[in-house]
Amino acid sequence: MKGAVLALVLMAWPAVAAESIVAGLSQNRVSITADFDGSEILVYGAVKRNAPAPEEPIEVIVTVEGPSTPVTIRKKDRRAGIWINTEAVQVDAAPSFYAVATTGPLRQILTETEDLRHRITLPRVIRAVGAATDAGGPDDFIDAMQRIRLAENRYKVLQGAVEFTEQTLFRADIVLPSNLTEGEYRVRIFLTRNGRVVDEQDRVVGVRKEGLERLLFNMSREQPLIYGLLSLLMAAGAGWAASAGFRILRS
Amino acid sequence: MQLYLPIAEVSVNAFLLLGLGGIVGFLSGMFGVGGGFLITPLLFFIGVPPAVAVATGANQVVASSISGVLAQVRRKAVDFHMGTVLLIGGMAGSGVGIWVFQWMTRLGQVDLFVQLSYVIFLGLIGAMMLQESLRSWFRAQKGGPVRRSHVHTWVHGLPLKMKFRASGLYISVLPPLAVGALVGFLAAIMGVGGGFVMVPAMIYLLGMPTKVVVGTSLFQIIFVTAFTTLMHAVTSQTVDILLAFLLIVGGVIGAQIGTTIGVRLKAEQLRILLALLVLAVSVKIALDLLLRPSELYSVVPGLLP
Repeated sequence: MKGAVLALVLMAWPAVAAESIVAGLSQNRVSITADFDGSEILVYGAVKRNAPAPEEPIEVIVTVEGPSTPVTIRKKDRRAGIWINTEAVQVDAAPSFYAVATTGPLRQILTETEDLRHRITLPRVIRAVGAATDAGGPDDFIDAMQRIRLAENRYKVLQGAVEFTEQTLFRADIVLPSNLTEGEYRVRIFLTRNGRVVDEQDRVVGVRKEGLERLLFNMSREQPLIYGLLSLLMAAGAGWAASAGFRILRS
Repeated sequence: MQLYLPIAEVSVNAFLLLGLGGIVGFLSGMFGVGGGFLITPLLFFIGVPPAVAVATGANQVVASSISGVLAQVRRKAVDFHMGTVLLIGGMAGSGVGIWVFQWMTRLGQVDLFVQLSYVIFLGLIGAMMLQESLRSWFRAQKGGPVRRSHVHTWVHGLPLKMKFRASGLYISVLPPLAVGALVGFLAAIMGVGGGFVMVPAMIYLLGMPTKVVVGTSLFQIIFVTAFTTLMHAVTSQTVDILLAFLLIVGGVIGAQIGTTIGVRLKAEQLRILLALLVLAVSVKIALDLLLRPSELYSVVPGLLP
């Protein structure tokens, strides 16, 4: 019995106590207001050690994941001389935003098994769970989504973007684009050594429309008729004001 | 100055939107059209989702039409009877258009449908207008005989005749109803007021005198686009009031400058320029459909029902 407990403690020892993360975020909420033009989250922290650091260097990975939404991926084909949407693949949940920043190349600092377990690299994160399709293999479609969203800056792979000083202090700046989806953004920080995850921490950043944006958006969803009438009233008012203005200017 | 649009969910430069509104307002003041056929593709171009562009475009046309019609009412150049008949047709057409729009959205072909409508209608109207205006321009240069404004055709043989005093017409209500329905349909699917279809149809098909055409067309466009805006706001929730506001403000200022310049140009020259503009937009969209796109795939939020 004693031997078993000791063995358990010894097995758990290196992962639990040797090195751990002390981290903070520059902000834990992002407000989308009328002048919103993207935002930046600063993830900073230090590696806390109870013993001298081992020989092999430690690496840091920071991921930011936006709320998942269902998406449809369409493909165009030439039919009767014109390019039209033909096949479609539906993905039940794809993150609306995903950024992964590291201290080095992901292939070197993270093993396949650890990636599978923690879902860190982009292909692991967006690989669809039960993508329904009326075409052949959905792989081309998922690749296309990854390509398009990388180009849109919705997905980012920032290898080497984490600043890491003296194997202790780290910071990463993650730029959020202006076309953000509202919701909870999950920030994860990993420490890895020899490709294995040593410690992990989770944080959450709330992204919400505020002020005028919130008011207008809610109104368009909850009171669509009043919202529509208000739009018309504004148009009518502007049209009348223009006509009256013209007359004054001409006379 | 960047401005985040709450419904379109994109951040766009506010001065760019004012400028876009201004350019379209300038052209609409100069040529007497709503300008919806320009604003909707321009909005696609700067990254506003197509559904939002169509619905918000309709809202913007409401403002410019009201401004225009008030000026025409003072000149007594609005045939309210004809306008009402066109309007009844327009409402029916608009309802069908909204329904087709939603159906196409479900099929994933809404972009294609909108683009095809643009190519076909802009191409046809542009070519017809160019041909007609060039002919009258050459005739004006030669000083030849003027064409009769009122020709009797099969249109005048239809039943259900009605008197339209302001237009000086006694014709069947069926052709105006049909024209109204077509325009309402276009307004719903293309986010346009349909002035560029309505005006030639009233002159050539219904034989209305030119002086009441613009006012009457604008009068009914107000209601059709207002109805379209409301329907989009309720059914698909794609009207962006902030976007509409900026476009309208820009449009109002642009229209003022456009009108001042427009009165200095000859009518034929104006029509030739407008025809060329309409054709250019149509050719641009046709090329998009015919040439191989650089990215074959597209990602749309949400699932197909």
